[in-house]
Amino acid sequence: MFKYLFSTNHKVIALQYLFTGIFWLAFGGILVLLIRWQLAYPWQPIPLIGKFLFPESGGAVTPEAYPMLFTMHGGIMVFFAITPILLGALGNYTIPLEVGARDMAFPRLNMLSYWLLFLGSILMIVSFFVPGGAAGSGWTIYAPLSSSTEVSPGLGQDLFILGLALDAVSILMGGINYITTIIQLRAPGLTLRRLPLTQWGLFFSAILNTLWLPIVAAALFMVLCDRRLGTAFFVAGPLAPREGGQVLLYQHLFWGFGHPEVYILIFPVWGLVGDLLSVFSRKPAFGYKATVLSMLTITILSGIVWGHHMFTSGMNPLVGKAFVFLTISISVPTAIFFFNWLATLRRGSIRLTVPMLFALGVVFVFAVGGLTGLFLALRTFDVYVHGTYFVVGHFHYTLAASVLFGAFAFIYFWFPKMFGRQMNERMGRWHFGLSFVSLNMVFSVMMFVGLHGHMRRIADATAYEFLKPIQPLNVFLGWAVLGMVASQLLFFYNFFRSLRGGTPAPANPWEAGSLVWTVSSPPPWHNYETPPVVTCGPHEYSVPRLKGKDWLAQTDVRAATLGKS
Amino acid sequence: MLTSWFPPDVSTTGFWVDRLFFIALSLTGAAFLLVAGILVWCLLRYRERPGHQASYTHGDSPLARWLTIGFAVFIFFAIDLNLAFHDHKAWGRTWGSPPDPKEALRIQIMPEQFAWNIRYAGPDGVFRTADDVTTLNQLYVPVHRPVIVQLSSKDVIHSFFLPNLRIKMDAVPGLVTSLYFQATKPGTYDIACAEHCGFGHYRMRGLLTVEPEEEFETWLKAQAKEGPPDLSWGWDWNV
Repeated sequence: MFKYLFSTNHKVIALQYLFTGIFWLAFGGILVLLIRWQLAYPWQPIPLIGKFLFPESGGAVTPEAYPMLFTMHGGIMVFFAITPILLGALGNYTIPLEVGARDMAFPRLNMLSYWLLFLGSILMIVSFFVPGGAAGSGWTIYAPLSSSTEVSPGLGQDLFILGLALDAVSILMGGINYITTIIQLRAPGLTLRRLPLTQWGLFFSAILNTLWLPIVAAALFMVLCDRRLGTAFFVAGPLAPREGGQVLLYQHLFWGFGHPEVYILIFPVWGLVGDLLSVFSRKPAFGYKATVLSMLTITILSGIVWGHHMFTSGMNPLVGKAFVFLTISISVPTAIFFFNWLATLRRGSIRLTVPMLFALGVVFVFAVGGLTGLFLALRTFDVYVHGTYFVVGHFHYTLAASVLFGAFAFIYFWFPKMFGRQMNERMGRWHFGLSFVSLNMVFSVMMFVGLHGHMRRIADATAYEFLKPIQPLNVFLGWAVLGMVASQLLFFYNFFRSLRGGTPAPANPWEAGSLVWTVSSPPPWHNYETPPVVTCGPHEYSVPRLKGKDWLAQTDVRAATLGKS
Repeated sequence: MLTSWFPPDVSTTGFWVDRLFFIALSLTGAAFLLVAGILVWCLLRYRERPGHQASYTHGDSPLARWLTIGFAVFIFFAIDLNLAFHDHKAWGRTWGSPPDPKEALRIQIMPEQFAWNIRYAGPDGVFRTADDVTTLNQLYVPVHRPVIVQLSSKDVIHSFFLPNLRIKMDAVPGLVTSLYFQATKPGTYDIACAEHCGFGHYRMRGLLTVEPEEEFETWLKAQAKEGPPDLSWGWDWNV
């Protein structure tokens, strides 16, 4: 028992991350239902559960509670659901196995980083029950709404900030571990050009982590100092206890991290999609080098575009023009990604397995998410839709739809390896189909109401004359979201049932080439008895003149005679 | 019933915002249809079936490399520079053409949780004097006359949003920001707060009344007689 609870083994830690992330995913999903109920039927009592959640108002969401709902939804989904699943679980599970190592470079640091996240999780839960309730500043924690105890006195706000800061430190330590492991612990013969694309995604994501997480952690601690130690870093005007604070400084620090954060979460997904398209098209990933170089380019660009979140903030308009140009330049490396993905599919032999469906889903929804980002990069248009549901729809296409589809692709693909059993294929297809339809209905309609000027984070659109015509769409969104959340029940059922009841999985159920599929499912405690010797890249599918099967494992000694790199 | 993409536009500049949207929509729409089309085509054409073999290529031949570079250059010029150009042009017609402050109506707005404090300079044209006119949530402007608004905030960040005029600017404590607009149609329109400012954010609504010049002047004089202005806030115009 102790061996599994306080373990330094990367696979155990990865599963701890996975279960923590899945718990918070479900929690954040329930918060969404409350939010959309309130927007669809403002101030009406919530059926069934309302009386337990809001007894003092007869079951209806109160104006004080509404900001807590969207704040906790955002904070939880970004930092406690998606991050643990995509960085914590995907990173920890796959990196040592795919680079042919026995564990992470720093196993104890790895364990510490999980337990910091766990501590942060506890703080998040506790924050719901302290006097004044949970944080209500929005997940972006904009000062001075967040940093002044005159406007947000609750202890919940402190716990939320502290929880996110702990999470930031945890991710930072994870990032250092990932970089070191990928650089130092690769098996003999595993050159950088033979890494699976998933590992490249995790590598660049980890670099962004180590660069930018310290900044947001520092900003969060400064907000805490403003709240409790009487400093005035981020407060100015009549509210300020003393001179010298700069309100916009917080936004620069937050978005300096905040924009790279998008790529921190999407890079592992992009890499995974590159690998999966290759596996299930039975064809080498097209333009491997161009794909990696594109990720490198975006890694650099992502650090210098944060100003596009601040076009209406009062920032100098001349600076704004530079941010417009830099932001839309990101579409060039992104376009190369799409080019390579589609070229991988072309002339392949496509197997529509569940992980493949989710990978293809990522290609589709990220096309929408990426292209709508171009609208927001145009500041003349952005000042109109800034702070509206157009932004919400856009970033849910990238940060919810794409990233969640990536997380599902990861879980469906790696489940046999992690647990030695298969998930139900048929249920997985239904899960994909229903999620795909409902999620597109939800996020595209959100963008449409945003075009009508529907502000985000308002509890009641019917208070405004110009929003009255679109209230029926809020009702529609309520039901569409219910459908989207309900579709996820299929996943939860399938996941937990398959843990014990799934059919036993062979070592390599997908006929995939990378290192991990050469060991048993689940892998031995220390992965590899002797370091594997790598002879070729991870994407050797449909290799000509190969008899018996259509692919080469990365350890296959025939690679040299077949002349493959 | 919804019959348009946007709420009605009653400004001289909103046209450029809407136009930019449709330009971006057509360019990105074409890109999206291309991606989705090729995706679906590949799924139909290249499904695994007996006798079908995937082709073996890493896409690293000189031809593939040049195709990739060519594609990137095409995207850069056809979409990126094109959009940047149109944004530059639209910016010039909207935010880049400030009215002459002597002819424009000047207004100061200092929101607080959860209301809009509004200040007119009065007959002397100087702010924060005894002949100022201050109102709460009621913004009156004459039709067809440029209006310059200066914003600051008493407490947290708010964002002054006129959906029917397609403009928005944050009101930031400790800073003075500004925007300008010119309304083209008399009527009453919503003023909304577009930055989360606390539990009352949703009801931080003001009313913009656009009316003919004479009626506006009459209203301003009537307001001056209502009582002394609120002198607890305001600033010199040329800060």
